[in-house]
Amino acid sequence: MDDKAGLTRREFMKLAAAGTGSLTLLAGCAGPKESRWVFLTEDDALLLGSIADQIVPPDEWPGGREAGVVTFIDRQLAGPYSRFQADYRKGLDAVTGTCLKIHGKRFENLPWEQQLSFLKDMEAGKLAGDAWKDGFCSRFFELLRNHSMQGFYGSPRHGGNRNYVSYKMMGLDYPQIVGQNRYRS
Amino acid sequence: MSKHHVQAVVIGAGAGGGVVAKELSVAGLSVVLFERGDWVPYDAHDHDELISQRTTVLGNAYGPDDERYRRVVVNDDGSTSIVTPSDGAYNNVAACVGSGTVSYGAMGWRFMAEDFRMKSVYGQVEGSTLEDWPIAYEDLEHCYEKAEWEIGVSGDAKLNPFASPRKKEYPMPPFAYNNEARMLESTMKRMGLHPFPIPMLRNSVPYSGRPACVRRRTCCGFGCPLNAKCGTHNTVIPAALSTGNCELRTNCVVSELVIDGSGRITGVAYFDQDNTKQLQSADIVVIAASATETPRLLLNSTSKQFPSGVGNRHDWVGRNLQGHAYTGAFGLFEEDMFDDVGPGATIAVSDFSHHNPGIVGGGLLANEFTRLPYLFSGIRPPGSPPWGKAHKEFQRRYFRRNVQVVGPIQEMPFFDSRVQVDPGVRDAWGIPVVRLSGHRHPKDAEGCDFLSRKAETILKEAGAFQTWRHGSGIGLSGGQHQAGTCRMGNDPLTSVTDRYGRVHDTPNVFVADASLHVTNGGFNPALTIMALGYWVGEYISSQWQHGNRFT
Repeated sequence: MDDKAGLTRREFMKLAAAGTGSLTLLAGCAGPKESRWVFLTEDDALLLGSIADQIVPPDEWPGGREAGVVTFIDRQLAGPYSRFQADYRKGLDAVTGTCLKIHGKRFENLPWEQQLSFLKDMEAGKLAGDAWKDGFCSRFFELLRNHSMQGFYGSPRHGGNRNYVSYKMMGLDYPQIVGQNRYRS
Repeated sequence: MSKHHVQAVVIGAGAGGGVVAKELSVAGLSVVLFERGDWVPYDAHDHDELISQRTTVLGNAYGPDDERYRRVVVNDDGSTSIVTPSDGAYNNVAACVGSGTVSYGAMGWRFMAEDFRMKSVYGQVEGSTLEDWPIAYEDLEHCYEKAEWEIGVSGDAKLNPFASPRKKEYPMPPFAYNNEARMLESTMKRMGLHPFPIPMLRNSVPYSGRPACVRRRTCCGFGCPLNAKCGTHNTVIPAALSTGNCELRTNCVVSELVIDGSGRITGVAYFDQDNTKQLQSADIVVIAASATETPRLLLNSTSKQFPSGVGNRHDWVGRNLQGHAYTGAFGLFEEDMFDDVGPGATIAVSDFSHHNPGIVGGGLLANEFTRLPYLFSGIRPPGSPPWGKAHKEFQRRYFRRNVQVVGPIQEMPFFDSRVQVDPGVRDAWGIPVVRLSGHRHPKDAEGCDFLSRKAETILKEAGAFQTWRHGSGIGLSGGQHQAGTCRMGNDPLTSVTDRYGRVHDTPNVFVADASLHVTNGGFNPALTIMALGYWVGEYISSQWQHGNRFT
C-alpha cells in the first residue's frame, strides 16, 4: 500500500473512532467511483500498468505495475513532471487509438506478444498516424521507458519501488545495516 | 535595513569561497559571505536517488531549483535552447552552503607539477589556448597541505610514485580497499602499474570533532548522513563564523558589482531572501561563484569604464570553459564484485596522468563510486536491450558483477568554448543568464580513446568476460568540474587575473574558484580549488596586515 492511501485510511479510522465518521464518508471511501489517481484516469492507469509490465516484466520478482510504477508516474505528472502532462494525454490516447485501429482492441487487452511488438514499433518510431509524427512516437516511448525505470528502481517515497522490491531483487539490503551485513555468508 | 560596510565580501560559499572567508575572518577582516542557496542536511533528501547530485530527474537536491534558474545553450546548428538546472546541459554546480563539497565524491587530489606547466611540457597545441599557469606546483604546495589538514584528507602519499613532492603526509590513514579494489590491486600490480588508495576528503578515522566513515552507500551525490565527509560547510565555514568576523547570508543572489564614477568597485548589489534588492559595500570583493557564475557576474557588471564587463577589456572573461571528459570501461564478471562498501571508489593509478606517447596530458584511472539501482538501469553493453525481460535479468545478474574503471581526461582549453550573458533571457530576479556555447578540442577525443583502452585492458586482465569502453563525445564541457573562464596569468592581454587571482583592471576584485585554472589537470579539481582559496586568501590577508587597502 502506498503512503498516500495509508494516510487516508488512518485518517478515516481516526475519524471513525472519534464517532465523526458518517455513512456518507463510509460510502465515499468504499465507493467504486473514487479515483486513486491524481492525474490519470482509470483507463489511463490500466493502460500504463500494462506498459509498465512490459518495460519491467513480472517474473520471479514483481513487475512494474505491482511495484507501483503507475502510482509513481501519476504523482510525478501532478508534480515535477507536470511539463509532461500534455505528452501523456496525447500519447496514451494515441496508443489506445492506434491499437483499436490495428487490432480492434485496447492495448491492455492484447496478448503479451502483440503488446511487445507494438512497443517495439513505438520505440523504433514506426507507428503510423498523425499523433506519432515529428518524432513523438519514439520520444514518448523514451518517456515511458525512463519513467518506468525511475518508478521501479528509484526511492519508494515517490510511490514506486514498493517495499524496496528492486533493491531486494538486486541484493541490496534495505534498510542498510552496516556491520551486520558483512557477517552474512 | 541598512547594511554596515565590511572589509570583504565573498560571493559563493563553496570550495573556494568558504576557504577565503575563513582565511580573511581569521586574519581579522570583517567579512560577509554570500550564498545563493541554503544549508542542506542529508535528511532533506535522505538516500533518494532520484533527487541527488548524480540523478536529477526529480530535481536538484542541493540546488539550484528549476523554478527560478535557467540558462541558454547554443546548439550545434546555431539555434538556442533554454535549460533548467536539472537538465545536464545546464552544467550545474550545487547551490548550497558548501556547494559541491556537500554531495561530491570527495576525491582529494593534488594536481601534478606538470599540470601547471602544460605548454612547457607539451608545447603549443594547435587550436588550443594551452598555457602554463603563472604559479607552479611548488607555489601552491603549502596551500594543498593546508587544505588537507584543515578540511581533512585520508590517504597514503608514499604509494603513488607519480605524485609531485610534498612536505607533509596526509592527516588521516587511507581508506581500506573494497572488494573490487582488492581484485584490481593485484591485477594492476601484475601489469606493472602502481595502484594506491584514492586520497579522500573523508574521515577514515575520527577527525576535527567529526566521526569516521562507516562506509554506507550514499557517498557520492548525497550529503553524508554521518558528517564524515569533509567539505567547506563542516570545516572552514563554521571556523569563519566562529571568529565573529564573518556573517553568512544564505538565499542571497548577488546580481552585480557596484562601480562608482571613478571606476572603483565599492561593493555588490544583491537580492536578499525576500527578493528585495540590497547593497553591501566593501573594500574588497572576492568572487567564488563557479566557473559559469563568476564570469556571469563580471560580465553583468558594466559601467562607462567597463563597457563589456569588469575584467573583460581584452575579451577573456568566460573564455576557455573546460571540464573533464570522463572516459573508461565497464567489465562484466562471473562472480560478485560488489560488496556494498562505500564510497566504492577506493583504488587508482596515476601511471597515465602524463608522458603518454602522442597524448597531451592524460588522466587518472580509478574504480567507480557505489551506484544505486536507477543509475545502473542506464548501463549495459552496446546493443543489449534497454527494457523488457532481458534488461531486468541483466540488472539483477550484473548489478553486483560489474566493475567500471574510469577517469577524467585533461582537456585542451578552447577559446571559443565559453560563458557569455544572454542578451534576452533573464532569471527570476531579472538578471541576464549564462549563455553557453562551444565544444571540446579534438585532442580530447584522442585522450579518451587512449585512457579508455587502458581501462579496458585492466578489466580484461582482471578476468572480465565482457568489456566495453565509453567516452564523452565532443560537445561543450563544463559540468561539476567546470573551470578556466577567468584564467590567471602574467599578461593582462591574455588572462583575466594576476597570479594572486586579482582581476587585472581592478585593484580590489579577486576571483577564487576554478575559473582561475589555466588548465584543469587530469584529476578531480576540488582540492585544487580549495588550495587556490588558501592562496588568494593568504595573499589578501597578508597584504591587508601590511597596510595594503587595495585602493
